[in-house]
Amino acid sequence: MARVPLESTQTPGFESVSVKPGERNPAEPAQPGAASPIVELVDIHKRYQTGVLSVDALRGVSLRIDEGEFVAIIGPSGSGKSTLMHILGCLDHPSSGSYYLAGVDVSDMDEAQLADVRNRRIGFVFQQFNLLTGLTACRNVELPLVYAGVDRRMRKQRALASLARVDLVNRSEHRPNELSGGQQQRVAVARALVNEPTLVLADEPTGNLDSSSAADVLGLLCELHRSGRTVVLITHDAQTANTAQRVVRLKDGLIQSDEATSLGGPRT
Amino acid sequence: MSLLETLRSGLEAILGHRLRSALTVLGILIGIAAVILTVGLGEGATSSVNSSIASLGTNLLIVTPGSSSSNGVQGGFGSDTTLTYANAKDLASRIDCPDVDAVAPTSITSANVTAGTKNWTTLVVGTTASWPNVRSRTLAVGTFFSATQVKNQDNVAVLGATTAEKLGLGSNALGETIDIDNVPLTVIGVLAPQGSLGGTNEDDMVLLPITLAQSQILGSDSVQIIFLKADSQGTLGAAYTEATDELLSLHQISTPSKADFTITSQSSIEATATSVDSALTLLLAGIAAISLLVGGIGVMNIMLVSVTERRREIGLRKALGATPSAIRRQFLVEASVLGLAGGVLGSGFGALVATVLPHFVSTTIAIEWWAVAGSIGVALAIGLSFGVYPATRAARLTPMEALRSE
Repeated sequence: MARVPLESTQTPGFESVSVKPGERNPAEPAQPGAASPIVELVDIHKRYQTGVLSVDALRGVSLRIDEGEFVAIIGPSGSGKSTLMHILGCLDHPSSGSYYLAGVDVSDMDEAQLADVRNRRIGFVFQQFNLLTGLTACRNVELPLVYAGVDRRMRKQRALASLARVDLVNRSEHRPNELSGGQQQRVAVARALVNEPTLVLADEPTGNLDSSSAADVLGLLCELHRSGRTVVLITHDAQTANTAQRVVRLKDGLIQSDEATSLGGPRT
Repeated sequence: MSLLETLRSGLEAILGHRLRSALTVLGILIGIAAVILTVGLGEGATSSVNSSIASLGTNLLIVTPGSSSSNGVQGGFGSDTTLTYANAKDLASRIDCPDVDAVAPTSITSANVTAGTKNWTTLVVGTTASWPNVRSRTLAVGTFFSATQVKNQDNVAVLGATTAEKLGLGSNALGETIDIDNVPLTVIGVLAPQGSLGGTNEDDMVLLPITLAQSQILGSDSVQIIFLKADSQGTLGAAYTEATDELLSLHQISTPSKADFTITSQSSIEATATSVDSALTLLLAGIAAISLLVGGIGVMNIMLVSVTERRREIGLRKALGATPSAIRRQFLVEASVLGLAGGVLGSGFGALVATVLPHFVSTTIAIEWWAVAGSIGVALAIGLSFGVYPATRAARLTPMEALRSE
């Protein structure tokens, strides 16, 4: 298989990351008894270089998210939250720093390996829904399983089960243009769940929805959280962020605050 | 991701853009149909020319008066009178020309033939008894005139099938009397039909003893064509040399380049016909190849548009776990399917035209299975090769770059 060169993700200042002496190696089990970390970001920097202009989108972000947490990442546009989301979703490489996803260092992986990590570990929900217009809801939900190499009968079965979780099993043969915005986003949530991901990443999932559909989708995310899934919600809206158990505030590429909401327990 | 799944996604994408896919396929279709028809026309023409030339007889040499290169000017057919019946008799001599099997001199004119109340203007050919052997012709009914009948200048005639029909002497022509320039002739045979060769209808003629034709009708002892038959194809060259030497000495010409006759062989006619034919085929094939190339560029263009337009889809597929090679395969499969569809439909269309066209235009189109198989293969290859660049572009898109695009 041809290795595709990683474009624009490795700036000249890129350093390979190693665990410095004295630091805990996150790949090893954390303190016994504590919830195991799903996400462990260590001093993540991301610099975009366009010609002579360079923009530091992330300037040293360290973040740990444990299994079963519901975390909102909030910040105004330009705060670096989209960049953080891309790095969390293994869609982009950090310029420096380490990212351990479920204990595995993914910061140096190549495109094909990252594709596999995304496929098995991460379920995406996008602002634009990103359903393929030519395919039925069921086929859309099946897509991650197609790339995972699951056979056809099993795919159909799991896709229908996933659609049942978002209460859309009766719409399985509808195409996206036959569904309302809220329904489309629920299909997208079903797609995010179908491969039983370690982490559900929702990037402004309510940005294109009316308020009742938005509440519907947020309710769905809360439900996922209650069923024990790790959910990360990226938003610019404080009210939406308050659905989560914990809110991480980003500003100018740095974490400004990291606090529990009234819904979540105190965070130590 | 299995090949079957890739194929399924490819088909879904193609069917998702029906009009665009159809137009792309149309480009290839036209190219392939053009190739199929070009090859078919070429093959059809070659085979019909070859079969009519082969009907002359493969061992045949044709001697005509006048040099093909005398002072750069060639007289009209039959305008030279350098060949005589006596020359033909000498060429038939086994001592002078050991490799010449048989000789048929022909004195030709056009005349009005009457039979009862009907009359018909046709070719009147005076020849010898060896004519059917030399020209590989057979008789439908009756017999050809014998050497004795030629020697005795008997008033006998053999008719071509068309001539017999035109004179109203269909099946019972034998024994009937026909009249040419007030010379009465008894019909003793009718030739089996042959078809036409190079514009000459080989079934419309009256054959009679050359001696009679020369003395009673033509009033001249010159002959227009002497047909020579060699013993075999292998001795054709030897027969050619012997005949040339013999005629040069008979005509007392010492320099072969000043010969007052021309000898051509059936193979040289065939070579000329085939070379004209293959030049035309090559030209048409060139045009067909260009149209295929244009079709291929069409595929590439559409695939590039498709990659640009489907950046979000590519990004999404990558986010969901598609590896770069899976994306590349998907686009390659799409391009190949477009090419293949163009190839299959183009072959079908070509075959359809090949079946319908001969009903309206007199032409032969031979659809060769190898041309069909080859065209489909070429169409697939074009789709595949013109799909490589767009597919690679698609595979190189980073997922976030693709997802971000509007």
